[in-house]
Amino acid sequence: MKAVYTWGGILAITFASVLGDVLLAHAMKHVGDVGALWRKSGLVAVIRRTLGNPYFLLGVMAMAVAFFSLLFALSWGDVSLVGPAAASLTYIGNAVAAKIFLHERVDRRRWIAAMLVAAGVALLAG
Amino acid sequence: MFAAAGDAMLSHGMKQAGNISLNHLQEVIFAILNPWVAIGILLLLAFFATYMTALSWADLTYVLPATSLGYVLLALVAKFLLHEHISLLRWLGIALITGGVGFIAGGPALTQHHDPVPSEPAAETQATAAASGVKS
Repeated sequence: MKAVYTWGGILAITFASVLGDVLLAHAMKHVGDVGALWRKSGLVAVIRRTLGNPYFLLGVMAMAVAFFSLLFALSWGDVSLVGPAAASLTYIGNAVAAKIFLHERVDRRRWIAAMLVAAGVALLAG
Repeated sequence: MFAAAGDAMLSHGMKQAGNISLNHLQEVIFAILNPWVAIGILLLLAFFATYMTALSWADLTYVLPATSLGYVLLALVAKFLLHEHISLLRWLGIALITGGVGFIAGGPALTQHHDPVPSEPAAETQATAAASGVKS
C-alpha cells in the first residue's frame, strides 16, 4: 500500500507540474517577448500583463498543487526515490505535453535531449 | 543559476534555524526572518522571473532542459565550495545532463509557426543567453 501511495504521489506531482509548466509557457507566449515589452512600456506593464493573464494564475495554482503533492508523496516514500522519479518523469511528460498542447516542434534532437536530461537528473538526484 | 544559489542558501538557512517540529508550525513563519532563508527565497523569486522571461521567447521544450544545468551547477558547488564527495554515478548524471542540453542548444530556440526559421547566428545567441542567464 505504501508503494501505491508513493507512486500515486509521484504521478500527481508529475501531472500537476507538467500542467503548470504548459500553462505558464502558454501564458508567457501570450504576454510576448518580455525584453521588448519592458523596453517599450516599462517593468510595471510587464508585471501587470503577466499577473493579469488567467493562464499564468492557473499555472501557478498547478505548481502549488504539485508542491503539496510532493509533501504528500514524501510522507509515504523516501526523498531519494520521490525527488528523482518525479523530476525525471516531468521532463518526459513536458516533451509530450508541449508537442500536443503547445504545438512545439519536438524533433528527434529534443526527444534525445529530454531522455538524456531525465536520465541524468535521476542519476544525480538519486 | 539563481535557483541553485537559492536552494543552497535555503538549505543553509534552514539548518541554521534548526529542525522544525510539527507541533510548532508557527516556527516556519519565523524561519523567513533568517537572513539566509530570506536571501534564498529572493533568489528563487529571481529564478522564477528569469524562467518566465525565457518562456516568453523560447519553447518550453527548449527552456526546461536548459534549466536542468542547475543540477550540474549545484553538484559543482557542493564539490568545490562544500567539499562534498561526488560519486562516479553522479558524474555520469552530470555528463548526461550536459550532453542533453548541448543537444538542444544546437537547434532553434522557438518553433516558428509563421516566420521563416531564424538564421544560425541568431539561434546561437539565444542558446548562449539561455545557458548563461536562465540557469537552473
